[in-house]
Amino acid sequence: MVWVNAVVQGLMLGGLYALFACGLSLMFGVMRTVNLAHGDLSVVAAYGSLALVDALGWSPFTTLLIVIPGMAIVGFLLQRVILDRALGVSALAPLLATFGLSIALQNLLLQIDSPDARILPIGSFGIGSWRISSQLSIGWFPLLTLGVAIVVLLAIELFLQRARLGTAMRATRDDAATAQLMGIDTRKMYALAAMLALATVGIAGVFLGMRTTFTPTSGSDYLIFAFEAVVIGGIGSVRGTLAGGLVLGVAQTVGAQINAADPILIGHLVFLTVLVVRPRGLFRSSVLA
Amino acid sequence: MIALEVDAIDVHYGDFQALWGVSARVELGGRLAIIGANGAGKSTLLGAIAGSRPLTSGSISFDGRDVSKLPAHARVALGITLVPEGRRLFPSLTVEENLTVGAFRRRVGPWSLDRVYELLPIVANLRQRRANQLSGGEQQAVAIGRALMNNPSLLLLDEVSLGLAPVIVQSLYAILPDVSAEGTTVLLVEQDVGQALAAADRVQCLLEGRVTLEGDAKDLDRDSIRAAYFGV
Amino acid sequence: MSAPAAATPDPAGAPLPAPAGSGAGPRVRRSARFGWIAFVVFAVVVGLMALVPVTQSVGNINNLTQLLILIVMGVTWNLLAGYAGLVSIGLQAFIGLGGYVLLELADHNGVQPFLALGLAALICGAAALATSFVVFRLRGGYFAIGTWVVAEVFSLITAQVNSLGGGSGTSLNSLSYLEPLTRLKDVYWAALICAVLALAGVYLLLRTRTGLALTATRDDEDGARSLGVRSVLTRRIAFTVAGIGCGAAGGLYLMSNLDIVPSSAYSVNLSAYMIFIVLIGGVGTIEGPVIGAVVFWYIQLEFASYGAYYLIALGVLAVLMTLVLPGGVAGLIRRFTRVDPFPVGYTLASEEPTSGGAQGP
Repeated sequence: MVWVNAVVQGLMLGGLYALFACGLSLMFGVMRTVNLAHGDLSVVAAYGSLALVDALGWSPFTTLLIVIPGMAIVGFLLQRVILDRALGVSALAPLLATFGLSIALQNLLLQIDSPDARILPIGSFGIGSWRISSQLSIGWFPLLTLGVAIVVLLAIELFLQRARLGTAMRATRDDAATAQLMGIDTRKMYALAAMLALATVGIAGVFLGMRTTFTPTSGSDYLIFAFEAVVIGGIGSVRGTLAGGLVLGVAQTVGAQINAADPILIGHLVFLTVLVVRPRGLFRSSVLA
Repeated sequence: MIALEVDAIDVHYGDFQALWGVSARVELGGRLAIIGANGAGKSTLLGAIAGSRPLTSGSISFDGRDVSKLPAHARVALGITLVPEGRRLFPSLTVEENLTVGAFRRRVGPWSLDRVYELLPIVANLRQRRANQLSGGEQQAVAIGRALMNNPSLLLLDEVSLGLAPVIVQSLYAILPDVSAEGTTVLLVEQDVGQALAAADRVQCLLEGRVTLEGDAKDLDRDSIRAAYFGV
Repeated sequence: MSAPAAATPDPAGAPLPAPAGSGAGPRVRRSARFGWIAFVVFAVVVGLMALVPVTQSVGNINNLTQLLILIVMGVTWNLLAGYAGLVSIGLQAFIGLGGYVLLELADHNGVQPFLALGLAALICGAAALATSFVVFRLRGGYFAIGTWVVAEVFSLITAQVNSLGGGSGTSLNSLSYLEPLTRLKDVYWAALICAVLALAGVYLLLRTRTGLALTATRDDEDGARSLGVRSVLTRRIAFTVAGIGCGAAGGLYLMSNLDIVPSSAYSVNLSAYMIFIVLIGGVGTIEGPVIGAVVFWYIQLEFASYGAYYLIALGVLAVLMTLVLPGGVAGLIRRFTRVDPFPVGYTLASEEPTSGGAQGP
């Protein structure tokens, strides 16, 4: 029963990882570039939410109204100011530029705030749970997080599949040059992808900030988790991203049962195993990433 | 009335010059075929008109307007639509999605999903199929349909016959009359000279980036074409 | 009697036409306009550096040792990224591993520490080779992060090994037979040798067919493959060499700092240093990482005390260098002086008239 509880907790944690992974995967799919500042940007969102909480007394949930559009704007700027230019320099350049951005962001947060661990306060809601048995309880907040993650992922999937712009984005992902020949301004597609990706990053950051403590350097860990979720699930599909996140979450929580000292290590090992055994991930989409 | 005017354009790939002072003009509603051997520069010319290849010098005007500096996606809005060499369908999208992407610019005109399906029955049968699961002929039909969805004023066809059986090629070219009937200007690139002469009013031949022959399709004889094609 | 195809030399000095079948044409030659000068300069600099422990203060010896280690790291990262096209933020895996292997060999197995340094480097090369079979399944940015995960795994596993000090680290004992000052000097010279080997090694590697293969693969993998370049093997070699270089750097760090702890030995900051060095100096040139290491080393000495501000500035600088000056300082110098101090390329030499007619009758 302890194991069941671990799995359940893992699924809920995994939902959060899936949310992180979603933005990373979206940007990579459309722009063929990995944003190494991805995790740090989610931490920026968390600190942003914290600032609003401190200044205006809002609940972290309310701050999402500002954080989400704010992050979308950050995404737009990131694309136009840094990534657009970097894509034109070389294939390595976006990696190097976002790495530099990552360092700058981490230390900026360190300077503005402090190395102390922070958390977004949600009061008693954070502790409330359903007790199903003596060893299995489902927290309201983790469940909500999983719900939000699924809703967001579903929304993005629907957008990509049904909306005119979503289809255009998929076309750009398949073949940017031909997309141009269809009248699609690929630069605008990249900007849209960046805005969507960072909006999800914002949501992920705030929820993570409510779930557990964060510091200016937490972003590195989040980047790794997001990345592992994407690879485990299979680069290129939203469903895969969800699956990957869930698997990683479960690996970590079940791993904590096995060896409480290092659940994260277990997660890494599962990731490496999937990489060796099934390098295309669990839900490889039918198109090459 | 001149719909398209290509005025002495040079196009380079890095240091390599692919087009040398190439000029061409097409009447509104007319059909021009560009013929020539592999590597003569035909696709480059279409690319330059579509906006995917920048000009080193010279200019291109469409409908009286200089489009030389316009990016490709903006030219699509004006009605310049290219069916690229090798079809280039979007592999992860279904046939119907490929067609609707073609209408991204939402240009007004007679062509719609229904009308395209009517014109190209093969495509109608395949609408939910993924584009990467089609045969060459099917892909080419979809690619043409996709271009029509933009309600083109200038339709550019790049090597439609490439890799396809003659029967299929003929069935594809059989739709051209419907296209022209809507007033669309057509510029087609073809390696198959016979097909080109049958489909077009006027013909130009390219050899190593230069125009070696031009004239009305019905007036040109085989010998002068051969000479222009191979440069002998 | 004149050979049928030969022509008599034009006294005005025009080039001779190549006789039929002689196979002559434009000659392919090593680009080495400044080659000899650069070599002499290099030898002089190395000579001067070798004298440092004799002439400089303890503080300077230590600082310069750090510089030499940075040069090894920079040259290594540059080989992988600039020539093999593999950006990694996980090479610290082998830096940390190098330190710990040295510790294990020297302290626990009685191997002579300086010999252990060499062995540790080679073992790290082997580890890199093994790792390549896993991480090469990823490309681009995913490869970069994948190698980072490997580094984290190395770090977390090391922290579980109590005999190596576990999570709180330990110290190197087997150098305690040396007087502190002697140790400092010996480690300095070891570092100097490693730096020279790294530079010479990379230079020679790039002059071989493997080197040409590397550059071709970096520039256009499909094109290179179609010409028969075994790009995966080539990259594997580069990754292995990177492992060796980083292993040496890690061993040197341990020998100069004496303390080692997983969180620092395997820290991603080491990758940050390597990236800064190469970005500042210039990706894809041999002299670039050296210049970058010097600049970065100096920046660190002067500004590290400013803490977070310093790092923010460094991060922003990295972004700017990537976008605005991708060739780095070396690129700037090349643009203005057309000097190529470490020639690894080839040029076509135009035919030159030879006196007396080389192919005359």
